[in-house]
This record gives sequence, structure tokens and C-alpha cells, in this order.
Amino acid sequence: MHILKDLLIYPWPWYLTGPLMGAPIPLLLFFGNKMLGASFSLRHICALIPNQIAYFNYEVKKGYWNLAFAGGVFLGGLVTYHFFYKISVVEITESTRRDLFSLGLHDLSGLMPSKIFSASKLWGFQGLLFTILGGFLVGFGVRYSMGLSQLSTSSAIAIIAFFGGGIIMTHLLLPLII
Amino acid sequence: MKWIKYISIGFFFGVLIVKSEALSWFCIQEMFRFQSFHMFGIFGSAISVGTITVWLIRKYKLKIMNGKAIALQKKPLQPGAQLLGGTTFGFGWVLTSRCIAPIFALAGTGYLAPFLILGGALLGGWIYGLVREKLPH
Repeated sequence: MHILKDLLIYPWPWYLTGPLMGAPIPLLLFFGNKMLGASFSLRHICALIPNQIAYFNYEVKKGYWNLAFAGGVFLGGLVTYHFFYKISVVEITESTRRDLFSLGLHDLSGLMPSKIFSASKLWGFQGLLFTILGGFLVGFGVRYSMGLSQLSTSSAIAIIAFFGGGIIMTHLLLPLII
Repeated sequence: MKWIKYISIGFFFGVLIVKSEALSWFCIQEMFRFQSFHMFGIFGSAISVGTITVWLIRKYKLKIMNGKAIALQKKPLQPGAQLLGGTTFGFGWVLTSRCIAPIFALAGTGYLAPFLILGGALLGGWIYGLVREKLPH
């Protein structure tokens, strides 16, 4: 019983969650004949707003399933986080802890550094930089690169670029803006 | 309700995002500093499962339940877009530590930050739609 209880409350290892996280792709193909691309939800939401932009004028009804999926992700996150996840500090490697500490991030509890993302800091310059501008880059970049949706050669190039951008930001730019 | 299956599959994905701790900003930092295998393991195995199953479906032209061929158009190879757009995404990925689906899962935790991130992402998608004709592809 203890194992079952632990499974309910504590995080799961990558070798369990990782392969399962690949499963929605074949599941959606099989049950709905749909190719998953979570990033398309952004396009569909934009297309719901009446506008004159060609890119957002198409039959958005065909994308409703994608928004239903996004709604499901929201609900899954909500239920799991509030009822099946009892962790206040995510365990991270000592070397990362030291690196972040030297960047001035001393509070590593929760899911995000409170120095940047806490409710009181969020509306400051740094908070907006990490949320609004960060979100902007994610949204713009994911639509421009077309994300990973079709898992073909172009996705492989995109993955390399994702990581390249991430490495540049982490090692060169982050020390300047934290 | 034909939406139930999509909501359920999304729900399943949302559970895994939280349970894998992929929501943590700190775990993304571990990954980009190459100090932990955790996130590489998640991405690597998830993308492998996705890629292999899609490949199998393409190879054997599997039919879905109602008999129609599975929708698998290949996305056009546009290296300029993939490189420039991908790098832009990478920048934002570190700042927010989210790609798109985790933003929705994080919004479920009740934090305010993901809603701002989602707002930024929608704005980014919107501006892309506005200027896409002028971008190198």
C-alpha cells in the first residue's frame, strides 16, 4: 500500500513519465486522426478574434479539438498539482543550485524562482521581461519554426535550434538580466 | 461528446507534466547547464516514442477506427524558419521555462505567472501572423 500511496503523492521518474508523454501523439492519431501540435492552439485562439490577417482567417472549427486538448492539459495540471503532488521544493542537482545561487537566486522553493515570478515581483521590469517577453518569444518562435508537430527532418532542425537558443540564453544572456 | 477524447488525452498529458516535474523552472536550468539527465530523459524518450509510432503508422499506413487514412502531411522543410524561429523559441524557453502545453498545465496550478506568459505567447503568435510574409523562410 505504501508504494501505491507514494505513487499518488510523489513525482514520477523520467523513464516512466517520458515514454508516456510520447503517447498522446499516437493516441490522437488513432482515436481522432489528428496530428498533435500544441502550439497550434495559439493560432486557433488568435483566429477566434475577428481580424483581417490572412494567417488567422481559416475554418477555426477544425482546430477546436486542439483547444479541447489544451483545456484537458489545464485540468490535468490543476487536479494533479492540487491533489496529487506534495512537494514544496523540487530536488535539483547541487551544481545547479550553486550556479543559480551565484546568479542571486537564493530561494529555490516552488516551481519558479520567487525573486522573479512571485506575485509582488511579477509586475516589475524583470517579472514582465521573464513572462510577457519570454512568452512572446515562445509564441513567435514556435509558430515561426512550426514547432515539432510533424516529427520529420524539419523538426530535427527545429530541436537543434531550440537547444541552441536555450544554451545561448542560459549561459550568455541570463547572467546579464537576473 | 466528441471532445471528451481530446480533453481526456490532454488531461493525461497534464498529469504527466506535473508528475514528471517538467513544470519546474529549475529543472530546465539543470538541463541547459548539462547538470542533470532528468529533462533530457523526458524529452528524449517522449520524442522517441512519438517519432517511432508515427514512423510505424506511416510505414504500415495504419487505418484509424472509422477506416480513413491517418492524417499525416509532412511539414515543409524551411531551414531558415526552423533555425531563426527555433532560436527565438529557445530564448523564450529559458526565460519562461515553458513550451506551449506546459503553460496550460502551469496555469492549472493557480500561479499568476503562466497567465502572463500565455498572454505574451498569444501576442507573439499574433505578431508572427502579421509579419510572416516579410520573414525569411
